[in-house]
Amino acid sequence: MTSLVRLDGVTFAYDPARPVLDRVDFTLAAGERVALNGPNGIGKTTLLHLMVGLVLPQAGCIHAFGRERRCEKDFVEVRARAGLLFQDADDQLFCPTVAEDVAFGPLNLGKSKAEARRIVHATLESLGLAGLEERVTHTLSGGQRRLVSLAAVLAMAPEVLLLDEPTNALDEPTRARLLEILGDLPQAMVIVSHDRDVIERLATRTVRLEAGGRLS
Amino acid sequence: MSLPGAPCAGSSILGEGGGVRPPSLVERLDSRTRVILALLFAVALVTGSDVTLLTVGLGLALILALLARLPVVRTLRRMLVLEGFMLVVLALLPFSIPGRVVAEVLGFAASAEGLTRAAQITLKANAITVAVFALLGTLEVVALGRALARLGAPERLVHLFLFTVRYLDVLDREYRRLRLAMRARAFRPATGPHCWCSIGYLFGMLMVRSLERAERIDAAMRCRGFTGRFPCLHEEAESGPGALDWGVGAASTAAVTLLLVMG
Ligand SMILES: Nc1ncnc2c1ncn2[C@@H]1O[C@H](COP(=O)(O)OP(=O)(O)OP(=O)(O)O)[C@@H](O)[C@H]1O
Ligand SMILES: [Mg+2]
Repeated sequence: MTSLVRLDGVTFAYDPARPVLDRVDFTLAAGERVALNGPNGIGKTTLLHLMVGLVLPQAGCIHAFGRERRCEKDFVEVRARAGLLFQDADDQLFCPTVAEDVAFGPLNLGKSKAEARRIVHATLESLGLAGLEERVTHTLSGGQRRLVSLAAVLAMAPEVLLLDEPTNALDEPTRARLLEILGDLPQAMVIVSHDRDVIERLATRTVRLEAGGRLS
Repeated sequence: MSLPGAPCAGSSILGEGGGVRPPSLVERLDSRTRVILALLFAVALVTGSDVTLLTVGLGLALILALLARLPVVRTLRRMLVLEGFMLVVLALLPFSIPGRVVAEVLGFAASAEGLTRAAQITLKANAITVAVFALLGTLEVVALGRALARLGAPERLVHLFLFTVRYLDVLDREYRRLRLAMRARAFRPATGPHCWCSIGYLFGMLMVRSLERAERIDAAMRCRGFTGRFPCLHEEAESGPGALDWGVGAASTAAVTLLLVMG
């Protein structure tokens, strides 16, 4: 079994007085879709942020794509290969228009403008968002923002998807479509979700995060 | 697929809804022409001092406003802020600048020099404001940023500008959300420690939230491979300046030269 992302005894605290994660072990293997749940404020979002190096652990180590990753520089490559969908879509959309936002990742990866345009077009099309291309991001509805930020992540063609409550704030048809889309994607995923359907229809394995440790 | 640079609905500085009316003469100008024109106009007026010339300048600005089809009421409302300040200047300058006394009010002497100076400042400020509203106010914020970039403004400055615009909006929304949350729990502004304390919390929270959002946006950008350089999706050569731009450019250059020579 080849592991894509592996956390070994990772300990993390924002504030030393209140540790969030205490010696957590977690492995994501190729082809897996792991549902991660647990009570609010237990550290699920933090766990995803650790995987792409947005916060660095105080102890333990993080292996990603066959190498140990320690510092900001190591994680630059990880972020290109593991796409993180933020819990709050508003944080993720910072470019003036939808097209620019979706193109931001591909352009950073060194794609040409023409290529980026093609990717934007194809990605939005596949999510059924073709009409939104030239819209100004902050005028989108909550659900539209969610889907556009997913498009922004998918446009980078990551090998791993880290989705933080992807079905939040979506109406029933949109949610069903998103589940369908996610079900068709080949990538390995970690999905933070309290949504029963997500767990039943998508997940190959469920992990529950509890105070300090973790159990399947 | 719509063209790059095609106007997206409702994000110009004056916040007009994206109507379907044909573009005005000013809107047909290249965004760069408009930036340069506004700059030239401002420089010419700031350096000029002759009251007649400044009046002509104000007239020109009004013509520009007509050409740009500025909404009258909304523009006037925006100008009110400036006029309030102008009133103070107008009221104080004649009495504070020494010179030939032309009138006396309540024992204070008003000087001719002071009056002239007050007139100059009022004319300049109004003419420049109206012209900027006409030329740049109708331009989309994003287009303005891009125009600045294509005119060779430092990349960082342009990003700073665009991010400021983006954050202003976020800040405003955050403020409104907090205010709404307060009102929803029956908060009413009144004098008293409870109110001051709550208002203090409101602004404190606003700052903390903005800072945190900035951090999260930075994280989101790094997640998508941001390393400090902003890629631009739009092609460099969208469209060159047209005949209209060259015409306006030539005419305004001539006018400004004339103005500078005479003033
Ligand atoms: N920037 C921060 N600074 C300090 N503490 C934080 C910060 N972000 C999160 N925390 C704390 O860390 C803990 C874990 O937060 P995290 O966001 O990972 O929870 P979560 O499991 O994702 O919760 P939810 O289900 O509500 O999204 C919480 O107790 C929270 O108070
Ligand atoms: Mg969370």
